[in-house]
Amino acid sequence: MNNWITVCLKDVIEEEDVIRFDYDGRSFAIYRDLWNDYFATDGFCTHERVHLADGLVLDDTIECPKHNGRFNYKTGVALRSPACEALSTYPVRLENGVVQIAL
Amino acid sequence: MIKIGKKASLKFPVAFERDYSLNGRRAKHALEVGLASADWYHTDIPRKTIKALMRRSDRPALIDTAIWFGLLLLTGLGGVALWGQWWAVPFFAAYGVLYGSASDSRWHECGHGTAFKTDWMNNIIYHIASFMVIRNPISWRWSHARHHTDTIIVGRDPEINLTRPPKIIEAALRFTGILSGPKSLQIMFRNGVGFMTEDELNYIPSSEVSKVVLWARVHLSMYILTVLMCIVLWSIIPLMLVGFPRLYGCWHMVMLGLLQHGGLEEDVTDHRLNSRTLYINPISRWLYWNMNYHVEHHMFPMVPYHSLPRLHDLIKHDLPKPNSSISEAYRELFFALWHQRIDSDFCIQKKLPSTAKPFRKEFHDLKFTETSN
Repeated sequence: MNNWITVCLKDVIEEEDVIRFDYDGRSFAIYRDLWNDYFATDGFCTHERVHLADGLVLDDTIECPKHNGRFNYKTGVALRSPACEALSTYPVRLENGVVQIAL
Repeated sequence: MIKIGKKASLKFPVAFERDYSLNGRRAKHALEVGLASADWYHTDIPRKTIKALMRRSDRPALIDTAIWFGLLLLTGLGGVALWGQWWAVPFFAAYGVLYGSASDSRWHECGHGTAFKTDWMNNIIYHIASFMVIRNPISWRWSHARHHTDTIIVGRDPEINLTRPPKIIEAALRFTGILSGPKSLQIMFRNGVGFMTEDELNYIPSSEVSKVVLWARVHLSMYILTVLMCIVLWSIIPLMLVGFPRLYGCWHMVMLGLLQHGGLEEDVTDHRLNSRTLYINPISRWLYWNMNYHVEHHMFPMVPYHSLPRLHDLIKHDLPKPNSSISEAYRELFFALWHQRIDSDFCIQKKLPSTAKPFRKEFHDLKFTETSN
């Protein structure tokens, strides 16, 4: 059974953007796309320990702010080297205007 | 503190050679003390502002690339048409810089994937420029990623181009490409026959090695074809257009490349201490694609070259004062190199303006003690 954790109010994340969410010693990246759907992945790039939340969201892609490794943040798939390994993704839901992530 | 090595009994003390290999004692030290993959200082910029700066566009790079290829064509054709006359010299001089120096900045920016918005355009220009500058497009992509993770961390960064104590004559010869050109070809040949050094394997994942070999063979084949054309035509002109410009035209790349980090600190996690921003003339800025804003580039590598002047204006209150010109930066560099002959710890320590946040100092006292063993 999913353990739903509250992240933030839905408007805290802008359209086509990402924020960092730290919980229980782990870091996550929470995304909002252009259609107001929300997504979550691990917070660090799989290439180096760099926070993806400092990167740029372009369509369905998150770009690592240091080396330009790219991932599809909806599926976690690595799209551009130096990122080779996929990101872990997590279920996200909206409950009364609040973004929640399942861990 | 001056560290005097095993030659201390000589009349002139000589500083110890630092171990810049990626598998040596300094590499172990960097990993042990947390210098590897560390958190680096960044100037605070509102999220909206940095997002706007990181936005990509095809237009500036398309225009620049069209001008670049146009000038390569004009100067190359002019040089060939006037071959045998003194008038060919200025044409080849210009062609050489466009080929042997501008290719470096195009390689760099397209490697970061920031020059064009459309990534296949980045990839095409990246491969063309890699060939021109004689760099394996795969291994250098990984090498440069490491350079950005561990900038000027001894034992981690494979792209430290001025080691300590400095090899001044060798550095001077780089302006001619006479050593670096053949060395680059030698590396290409070594990779082409499938041999990687321990250092290369330190930063190239094993899954990428076959691509390194493949691209080395592609590049070598093109050089072999160029030599064959010389033989068939019984003329040096094909090599004057492909290959040799990396030697006779690399001086501009070297001139600015040595200034990126030369004479500044090693083993720190604040780009304001180990990178140099300087003001240069507009032609050099175009050839170099604004990499004179080097502190800014390292702090925010995903900001495209055409936005670096705006980034500079935005954060210069938090950065050391830029060098005012290439010659002023070289005076600073020579001063540092002169002292580093006998004191490997010597470096230029930049001053911050009163508006800046203090330097990150946590690694400054973790000096690695050199010994003769």
